[in-house]
Amino acid sequence: MKIAVFVKQIPDPSGAGALDPATHRLKRAGVEVVLDPGDAYGVEAGLQLADSTGGEVVAISMGGERAVDVIRKAMAMGAGSGLHLCDERLAGADALTTARVLAAGVAHTGAEMVVACTESTDGYTGVVPAAVAELLGWPSLTFAKQLELNGRTARIQRQTPAGHDLVEAELPCVVTVTGGINEPRYPTLKGIMGSKAKPLETLDLAALGLDPGRAEEEIGHQRVVAVEAAPQRQAGRVVEDDGSAAQLIADYLAELKVI
Amino acid sequence: MAKIWVFAEMVGDQVSQISLEILTGARELGGELEAVVLDPQARSATAVLGEYGATTIYLGSDSQYRDHVAQPHATAVAALISAYHPDLLLFGATYEGRDICGRLSAQLGLTVVANVTALNHSDDGFTAASSIFGATQNVTTLVQGPTPCILVRPKSFTAQSSGGGAPRVVEVALPPGSPLGARRIESVVAPVSGPKLEDARVVVSGGRGLQEPANFHLVEEVAELLHGAVGASRAVVDAGWVAYSRQVGQTGKTVKPDVYLACGISGAMQHTVGMKGAAHIVAINKDRDAPIFKLSDLGIVGDALKVLPALSAELRARGVT
Ligand SMILES: Cc1cc2nc3c(=O)[nH]c(=O)nc-3n(C[C@H](O)[C@H](O)[C@H](O)COP(=O)(O)OP(=O)(O)OC[C@H]3O[C@@H](n4cnc5c(N)ncnc54)[C@H](O)[C@@H]3O)c2cc1C
Repeated sequence: MKIAVFVKQIPDPSGAGALDPATHRLKRAGVEVVLDPGDAYGVEAGLQLADSTGGEVVAISMGGERAVDVIRKAMAMGAGSGLHLCDERLAGADALTTARVLAAGVAHTGAEMVVACTESTDGYTGVVPAAVAELLGWPSLTFAKQLELNGRTARIQRQTPAGHDLVEAELPCVVTVTGGINEPRYPTLKGIMGSKAKPLETLDLAALGLDPGRAEEEIGHQRVVAVEAAPQRQAGRVVEDDGSAAQLIADYLAELKVI
Repeated sequence: MAKIWVFAEMVGDQVSQISLEILTGARELGGELEAVVLDPQARSATAVLGEYGATTIYLGSDSQYRDHVAQPHATAVAALISAYHPDLLLFGATYEGRDICGRLSAQLGLTVVANVTALNHSDDGFTAASSIFGATQNVTTLVQGPTPCILVRPKSFTAQSSGGGAPRVVEVALPPGSPLGARRIESVVAPVSGPKLEDARVVVSGGRGLQEPANFHLVEEVAELLHGAVGASRAVVDAGWVAYSRQVGQTGKTVKPDVYLACGISGAMQHTVGMKGAAHIVAINKDRDAPIFKLSDLGIVGDALKVLPALSAELRARGVT
């Protein structure tokens, strides 16, 4: 069985993010870029399923030229091949267009399962996997904190505000995993060396059979019109604990009439 | 007049808090406010939805809406949109909201803006404000095209009844042959004591600075004395010290208590985005340069393992039980 995992290259989330003032898009030039830390959980989950079913993982990324790096990283972790979906008309793509491109990519690979993380760490829209499932006509198992595959039935513990739901679906399906579902492996030196020889295909909109005109129109349905600094809280007193901190806090709580 | 729809969710037989918040916020946009509710218990929601300003309710009470996740809902909403063409569709940024919205967007080619905290309109159409980079910047997005969809973050609006009367109810059937998708086999509720994290007046949260899981009870003790709820950073949730339902932040809950007490939490952007709306913030951290102090009203540079038990003792000494 072939399992597709989605990987995204994002500006290093531990750095301060910035928007390009002209385009209002995330600044990527001159910024350290990394594999989205959330995606590492998806790659790991895909690799574990492939290991237990004798399957194979294909890493799919939509992104500019440099996105090849995150595909290589997924291959260094163990993915057998990569698919890079790259077209300059996709710069600033919204969630819908991204989903159309990824779904076409999945169809191209012949994968029977997609594993992705629940949302990207930079854009954070969190609707792409469900949209991909819809476009493929597949069920989706989302927000998984546990995942198992029995024959052709995938079952997850789906996170809920109060606990979790047990949810299942037959293959083919899309699964999204939450951070902490597993312990993503680090690429080994051998993995890194080996990844360079693994097949990596690149497709643009035309090769995917997608209409660039439609992509352009749909991307145009939302437009950033203003970016402003949000009002920030002011720092208050900072006090070194000299043994009276508990009293200080209690005084403050009393002042606020909490006690 | 613009037609604005809210996809209302239910918890048991009650309309969820976030749906009431969104109805309240949507009223400010003017226009005709209507709600869609798809749940076996939907009927018990109509009066409340009316009180919060919805004049028409599209109601489906098929049991499939409980037994399946997102897919029948998206199909039903798609059919409604094709029939009634609303100008805007608002969802809560919840698990269900995101899944249904994503599928719907793909079915009908609708644009989606997520993480929205404020709504407005301009001459060109509706605008949605979202906060990015840990709520340090606000981005305003203009949405156009067929029925734009917006996912609104919890606590963006304060729910308030408009005193509206009984709405008109339009019963909708699940279109025959709709794909049902993933099956919900069972719902497991993790037992919790004390007030709900989202509603509590006081939240006491612990992070990695507590060193080990066995120390987390120090946080729980203070929370109990203050009749508050226990929160946590993702670091300790991922480490398995506490249940995910306790996580505050970007990928956890958004809280707006009167007092938020952060103990051994560094104040990473992804955490603070979920708690910076608190009226008052107190932080205990042994690192004077911890970012959490930049947004706290009272910061204690100290060892949480000492300050927390001392605080419990002090509260008891003051007659708090
Ligand atoms: C996509 C994504 C989503 C995320 N979502 C969330 C989220 O929803 N919620 C969230 O919380 N995080 C989230 N994070 C993680 C976040 O970036 C931080 O890693 C996390 O919040 C750190 O938790 P912490 O403050 O407990 O731990 P640390 O950052 O390790 O901080 C521990 C703090 O404790 C202090 N300390 C140590 N010992 C003591 C002591 N004895 N007494 C007092 N203080 C002490 C230290 O000085 C330090 O400041 C997310 C990250 C990503 C990439």
